[in-house]
Amino acid sequence: MDSILAADSIVEFLSGKLSDLDTVLDNESLAFAIAAFVHAFLLINLFAIIPMVFIWAERKVSGRIQDRLGPTRVGGRFGWLQGLADGIKLVQKEDLVPKDADSMLFRMAPYIACIASFGAFMVLPFNSSWVAVASDVGIFLLFGILSIEVVGIVLAGYSSGSKWSLYGGMRESAQMVSYEIPLAICGLIPLVAVGSLNLTEVGQVQTGTVLNWLIFNSPFTFIGFFVYFTVATAGCKRAPFDLAEAESELVGGFHTEYSGIRWSFFFMAEYASMFLVCAVAALLFLGGWNTGLGIEETAGFLALREMGQNFLVEGFVLGNYIANLFGLIVLCLKASLLVCVQIWLRWTLPRLRIDQVMMTCLKYLTPMSCALFLGATIWPLAMAVTTGKTTLLSAPMGERMAPKRDAANGETSSTNSTKDSTEPNVVVNTDPVGDALASTLNEPQLKTSEGGNR
Amino acid sequence: MTSEQFLFWLFAVLTCGGAFAVVITQNVVRMAFWLIVSLGSVAGLFFLLNADFLGAAQLLIYVGGTVVLLIFGVMLTASGPYLQIKTSPAEGFLAGGIAFLFLVLIVSTVYAVDWDHKSQLMATHENGQATGIGPQPGYNPEQQGNTTRPIAFALLGMRPDKDLASNQPADLMDTGDVDDLSQAVYMGDEMELSTGYLLVFEIISVHLLVVLVGAAYLARAKRRVDASEVA
Repeated sequence: MDSILAADSIVEFLSGKLSDLDTVLDNESLAFAIAAFVHAFLLINLFAIIPMVFIWAERKVSGRIQDRLGPTRVGGRFGWLQGLADGIKLVQKEDLVPKDADSMLFRMAPYIACIASFGAFMVLPFNSSWVAVASDVGIFLLFGILSIEVVGIVLAGYSSGSKWSLYGGMRESAQMVSYEIPLAICGLIPLVAVGSLNLTEVGQVQTGTVLNWLIFNSPFTFIGFFVYFTVATAGCKRAPFDLAEAESELVGGFHTEYSGIRWSFFFMAEYASMFLVCAVAALLFLGGWNTGLGIEETAGFLALREMGQNFLVEGFVLGNYIANLFGLIVLCLKASLLVCVQIWLRWTLPRLRIDQVMMTCLKYLTPMSCALFLGATIWPLAMAVTTGKTTLLSAPMGERMAPKRDAANGETSSTNSTKDSTEPNVVVNTDPVGDALASTLNEPQLKTSEGGNR
Repeated sequence: MTSEQFLFWLFAVLTCGGAFAVVITQNVVRMAFWLIVSLGSVAGLFFLLNADFLGAAQLLIYVGGTVVLLIFGVMLTASGPYLQIKTSPAEGFLAGGIAFLFLVLIVSTVYAVDWDHKSQLMATHENGQATGIGPQPGYNPEQQGNTTRPIAFALLGMRPDKDLASNQPADLMDTGDVDDLSQAVYMGDEMELSTGYLLVFEIISVHLLVVLVGAAYLARAKRRVDASEVA
């Protein structure tokens, strides 16, 4: 079966185990359903835990910035269960719908915002092999799904039947539609250097030392990171760009009329998409799941990936699992650090005016990102002409890419179906196109068509 | 029913149901919501067809872009008499007639396709082992939905999918089905490359953008602010 959710490995693993159930249901469909359920279950738990942690962090950090203590009691010394307490309180509250509201849209809007932000996690790789959907259009799809979140916000603002909410919704839609443009262009800047939209490949070319991180690939990616981070902060409607909920003028903005669990859905979506854009920033610019110390390439680390073969379950490699878990922790740490910067910015910077927000985007950030994008495309060519190699500090991208692809091919052909198939694991695309092209391009007739920057 | 069939029916029902709801709903903003359901399900169908790029573009452009702009416009205008759209019977009759003609067009198009031949071609292309021809060498782009590179190459004016498929021994070419996929022409040792035309469309779309910016510039409210007034 072709992978709709790219769940091949689990599906293949389960197909072998479920032969007894053949009579009950189509074996492959059942395996596929279980695989999809496992991926969704893991992601939705991550999605639920992230806001809880960050809401606690937000309260704690804001408290310290304002010379307060923040939460101190719930769950012991640091009040670390405050998020859970908030959640329980919100679930208990009455679910109100105002009389003037468009009831169906009012109830639907939080789910749209939440689903969009959750759906984008599907294509986010957490390390070299843990990703729910290993799509070749990864980052494009991610931005596509994330762009639906604004629909939920706008519908919430419109359907509340309140002027505050309507203003909030209109500001939000204007802001989001404008900021999507520089966000996508900034995302393209490092992708130009890699030559792939697949986030797993983007992470893999950054293996090695810090110099291999794409932020140090060229001056354009270096500036591009800061532009991306600014735009991403605005895209999550975080202060100083949180005009949609500006409480000093619009009471609560688009969520003025919401209460209880529906209100908290908006916040789950907001904090989850904060984490998401920060994880994308870490993947695109800051080395993804690589530590930057170069330990991923050392013999010890590679040996760890081979240790503990067939641990407990046939085909499960314990060492590889630990190595993958380590990658996940590294990525989450980087993303969390960036989220902390966003929190820090929120509590130290004053809010902009709405016209200033729009001007910042249209007159400064969009032209800047366009210029950086142009520069990033020309940079490797200019470097190749002047110095003979396409990058300044790190190894050329082609040298990092080629062995990776060969290794991935070899691994998938031999151990695809068995190796750590109990994990939510999708082996990196084997990329037959690239190989075919590589072999074709070696033929003399076609050689000129390859640019110098790969 | 396999999971693919289930998902197909799910998305198909959502697409048609959403489109139908757009027609019968009278509230403009709810129409926009049902349009999102319909367009989003079309994206789901694209993913089922392994057209990942197309599905992502559908989400980004139609659901995330166009519909948001639509709602934005509706929010600014939808008040009082414009919130509800009521159609007169004559309009309904006219629209129904046009819709019926369009349905006839679509159905006749569907029946004009030789589906048996196409499904044979697909089977050959996807797993050639069964038919003995073997998979196309190194190039099965639609198998995993990895269509990004082919599209990018077509944008640059190259069609490796056609050219590589023709790069085969002659006995494979003679089996009949393969030559549909390969149109490159051999001339001695040199191979003539197929060309893609997508780049032209891209340039046209950039021109459209320029036209839009120009239109926005011309259409904006011209208010000259005196320097003295400001001060």
